Amino acid sequence: MMKHLLSMEDLSAEDVTQILDTAAGFVDLGERTVKKVPTLRGRTVCNLFYEDSTRTRISFELAAKRLSADVLNFSAKGSSVSKGESLKDTALTLQAMGVDAIVLRHSESGAPLTLTQWVDAHVLNAGDGSHQHPTQALLDLFTIRQRFDRIEGLRVAIVGDVLHSRVARSLVQGLRTMDAEVTLVAPPTLAPPRPEAWGAAVSTDLDAVLDKTDVLYLLRVQRERMAQQFFPSPREYARLWGADRDRLARLPQGAIVMHPGPMNRGMEITAEVADAPNAVIGEQVRNGIAVRMSCLYLLLGGDG
Amino acid sequence: MTSPGSPQQVSPQADAGVLSADDMGRAVRRMAHEIVERGNLDQLVLLGIRTRGVPLAERLAAALLDIAGTHVPVGSLDTTLYRDDYASAGPRPLAETVVPVDVDGREVILADDVLYTGRTIRAAMDAVMDLGRPQAIRLAVLVDRGHRELPIRADYVGKNMPTAPEQSVRVRLVEIDGTDEVVVA
Repeated sequence: MMKHLLSMEDLSAEDVTQILDTAAGFVDLGERTVKKVPTLRGRTVCNLFYEDSTRTRISFELAAKRLSADVLNFSAKGSSVSKGESLKDTALTLQAMGVDAIVLRHSESGAPLTLTQWVDAHVLNAGDGSHQHPTQALLDLFTIRQRFDRIEGLRVAIVGDVLHSRVARSLVQGLRTMDAEVTLVAPPTLAPPRPEAWGAAVSTDLDAVLDKTDVLYLLRVQRERMAQQFFPSPREYARLWGADRDRLARLPQGAIVMHPGPMNRGMEITAEVADAPNAVIGEQVRNGIAVRMSCLYLLLGGDG
Repeated sequence: MTSPGSPQQVSPQADAGVLSADDMGRAVRRMAHEIVERGNLDQLVLLGIRTRGVPLAERLAAALLDIAGTHVPVGSLDTTLYRDDYASAGPRPLAETVVPVDVDGREVILADDVLYTGRTIRAAMDAVMDLGRPQAIRLAVLVDRGHRELPIRADYVGKNMPTAPEQSVRVRLVEIDGTDEVVVA
């Protein structure tokens, strides 16, 4: 296993399979009364978050705590970061304090890679700019595999702001590594300019791909994109690219609907679809903890 | 003392089969009789330690059914997350832990193929404690090869087998390896 988890690009099919298989061993733990194992006792994991992301942070926090690691939560707000301390100085401080792993969320693409140059700790990318969010991709792959018992050959449509989405970028790489077929569905302004580089097909017409879709993956619409006029209005977005009851009914039998959260109900997904039996959004959250435990477990072993 | 060829050496010839399939069957059956003699059968649960403790637990349960007519529930225990060599040896693949009944108030019998340093059993006891509060934990092993590093002993032993630390004891089971035998090399 590698030392850091920075990008889905670095992971082979064997690596992904190892992470997912290991995660499967952690799923049951969440159902027990004692949801904790002693494996990372005495290790320290720091969640270093330069962007707000309560969900990702608490998921990583629970993952580390269930492995018995000590957890430090360090967020940009209300810390020395807001006093102007640079990432490098923060990194050197954490290095001096002897943390074993740093989970980094940062608005700059490539920040986690840069961090690896300053610290001995393992670095896990929890989202960097519009670049990568590997644990999200891994929990999505896990959830898909849990439902279909395979990933290879499945037809996955990823719908929304593909251009700015680190979730999409990571997930497409993971799906390609595992030999799924990917179609990116986006408003023309938000489709990637060079889809061939993604190894995926591109469409602007959601209705045209629905009946050939096993996994409908809806990206969150980032409100600020609307201000930048990438699409005219929430209503038009919902009408053309949102998942509603009619579109749900046109998916093949057994198809699932996924969303990385937090959802804008009524925009990219209606409440009805979000709560439908074939929506696996709650499972994604549950599996997120197991997948992050798996990553911590695999990265931090053998250090002693 | 244990230089190769020294006459005091306990080691049999390399790769010698020291327990045949028949020996193994008799050993399991004798352990089952000892379990029956101890009583409390309806409170027992057998937990096999992954990997080769699991078929052993199943065989003990089959023998208990045959001897006493009691169905003793059988589960499996993966001790990987409780091992003490995670930092030195690195992460190992995880296996499933399946516990068919609530262990609270029950007598848990851990089953494993070989008892050696005792470290796996320490890990297994911690794993059981995280599942609940059993009334007692006992230990059944097919082979006790000595060289304990922790104050642990087995309650039911198929065969005591003196070995040298540099030897390896391999238990092969039909369910996993296609054959029943114990080999010391």
